[in-house]
Amino acid sequence: MKKIATREAYGNALVKLGKENENVVVLDADLSKSTKTAGFKKEFPNRFFNMGIAEQNLIGAAAGLSTAGKIPFASTFAMFAAGRAFEIIRNSVCYPKLNVKICATHAGITVGEDGASHQSVEDVAAMRSIPNMTVIVPADGVEAEKVIFKVAEYNGPVYVRLGRSAVPTIFDESYEFEIGKGIEIKEGNDATVIACGIMVNEAIKAYEILKEEGISLRVINMPTIKPIDTDIIVKAAKETGAIITAEEHNVIGGLGSAVSEVLAENYPVPVKRVGVKDTFGESGTPNELLEKYGLTADEIVKAVKEVINKK
Amino acid sequence: MRDHNELKKIANSMRKNIVQMIHDSKSGHPGGSLSAVEILTALYFDEMNVDPQNPKKEDRDRFVLSKGHAAPVLYAALAEKGYFSKEELFKLRKTGAMLQGHPDMKGTPGVEMSTGSLGQGFSAACGMAMASKMDNAPWRVYALLGDGEVQEGLIWEAAMSAAHYKLDNLVAFLDYNGLQIDGKNEDVMNINPIVDKFKAFGWNVIEIDGHDFDQIFAALDSAKETVGQPTMVIAKTVKGKGVSFMENEAGWHGTAPSDEDLANALKELGGEM
Repeated sequence: MKKIATREAYGNALVKLGKENENVVVLDADLSKSTKTAGFKKEFPNRFFNMGIAEQNLIGAAAGLSTAGKIPFASTFAMFAAGRAFEIIRNSVCYPKLNVKICATHAGITVGEDGASHQSVEDVAAMRSIPNMTVIVPADGVEAEKVIFKVAEYNGPVYVRLGRSAVPTIFDESYEFEIGKGIEIKEGNDATVIACGIMVNEAIKAYEILKEEGISLRVINMPTIKPIDTDIIVKAAKETGAIITAEEHNVIGGLGSAVSEVLAENYPVPVKRVGVKDTFGESGTPNELLEKYGLTADEIVKAVKEVINKK
Repeated sequence: MRDHNELKKIANSMRKNIVQMIHDSKSGHPGGSLSAVEILTALYFDEMNVDPQNPKKEDRDRFVLSKGHAAPVLYAALAEKGYFSKEELFKLRKTGAMLQGHPDMKGTPGVEMSTGSLGQGFSAACGMAMASKMDNAPWRVYALLGDGEVQEGLIWEAAMSAAHYKLDNLVAFLDYNGLQIDGKNEDVMNINPIVDKFKAFGWNVIEIDGHDFDQIFAALDSAKETVGQPTMVIAKTVKGKGVSFMENEAGWHGTAPSDEDLANALKELGGEM
C-alpha cells in the first residue's frame, strides 16, 4: 500500500491550486520544509510569505491579506497555530469570518521524538470551540488533497489538521470529499466506529479483526469535525446501537466529544472514546507512542466489545 | 481640503459626538478617543481616498483602528464622513445596535478590520499592505496604535515583518498620550525609548504633536516620499484632549461621563449639539 503523509499531500495540492487560482497565497513561520509549503514557495515566490518564527503575526497578516481578496493558506505546526495563535484566530479570523485557511501540520503524538512540547492533542478542541470555524482532519493523502481544493472554494475560516508521518492510502482518486459529510467506508450492524485522521486506518484494521470473530463493525470516516455530520451519526446509533470514536487527540473536546454531544441530544446509545486519555505525550517513535497511548486497532476492538456489552 | 478652520470644526463636532455617545451608552473609552481626534480628522477628511457611498471600492485606502477601544473616535469620523447616520452613534454598545463596543467590520460600513484585542489590528494592517504591494496597487494602509498597546508582543512581530517586506505603503500613528488603564506607561511598563525601538526595527520614524494639523500632514507627506520603509508617526497627544477635566487623567480611560460631566464637556466644546 502506498504511504504518504497528509502534510506531503497538502504541499502537492498547494502547488496545483496555485496554478489554478492566482489569489492563493501561502504564509509560513520558518517551517516551510516541514509543513511542505516549500514547493509552493519555489513555484510562486511572489505569493509566498515567510513570517519568521512569529505565529501570531502569521495569522494576523493572513487575516489582513484575506480582506483584500487573497486566499491565504497559513501553515505552521498545530501546537503553534491552534495554541499560540489561538486568540488571533478567534478575534481576527473567525469573528469577522475571514477567508483564511489554517493548515496545521505535525498534529498529535505522531510528531514522535520531539516530545510533549510539540505534540498537540488539544488543537481540535480549541478550534472547534470558535464560532464560524470549520475543522477538518483528513485521513490520508488522497483525502488531504481533496480537502485542500474544497476549502479553497469555500469562503470562510477553516482549520485543517495534518500529520507528520506517512500513512497508508485508504481512498482512491474517485473518492469525493464534501465539507460536513461523514462517509461510511465499511458496512456493519453490531456497532459503529467513527474515526478521523490516522485512526481511520486503525478502524479498518479493527473491522477486519472483528469480522474474523463474527462481529459486524460499521466504519465511518468523519473528516469534518465541525460542522459534524449529525445525520450519519444518528443513523449509525439507530441501526447499530453502540458507538466508538477514534482520534489522535485528547478524548476531551475532539471528535469523541463532538459525536457524544450529537448522541446525547438526539439518540443516546453506549459510547466509548478511543484517543489520548487526557495526558501529555513523550518522546519516542510514532509507532511506539501509538501503542503506548492506546491509539491502535486492538484498542478499538476492546472498545467495541465493551460497548456491545452495554447495549 | 487642508482648510484648518474646516478641519477644526469637524474635529470639534467629533469630540462632542464622542462625549455624547459614551454618555448615552453609559460605558466606553473617552480618553483615548479624544486624543486621536485630529489624526482621524486629517486621515478621513484630507488624506485618504475613501468613498462613503461606495465603502468597498477596490482601490480605497484602508484605515485600521488597532487600539479598538477608541471605537468612538472612529465611529464619530465615519458618521461625520457619511458612512451612516449620526443617530447610530447614540445607540453605541446597546443590544442589537450596529455600533459595537469595539469595531466590527462585518456590521459597520467603513470599518476595515474587526479590532479590540490589542496588537491584532496592526498585524492585519501589515497583511493588507502586503496584499496591496504584491498587486502593485495604489491604495495605502493607515493604522492607529495606542501607546500601551505596544507592550503587546505581536506589535513587534508585525513591526519586524513590515520592515522586512518593505511596506512603504503603510503608515502607523502611535497615539502617545502617555497613559493606560493602570496609570502612566512609564510606571506600568516603560515603552521607551520608543522612537529608537521603531528605528531599530527598520521604520521611518517621525515625531509630531498629534493635535497639530500642519505636523500631521507633514508626517503623511514625508511617509509618501519614503521608499522601502514603513512609517511610524509618534504623535504626542493629550489623553482626554478638549475636555479640561478629562485631560491627562488615566481615570478617564474607560469611564462614561455622568449627566453633569456631559453638560460641562459640551459647554467647553461649544454648547449643546
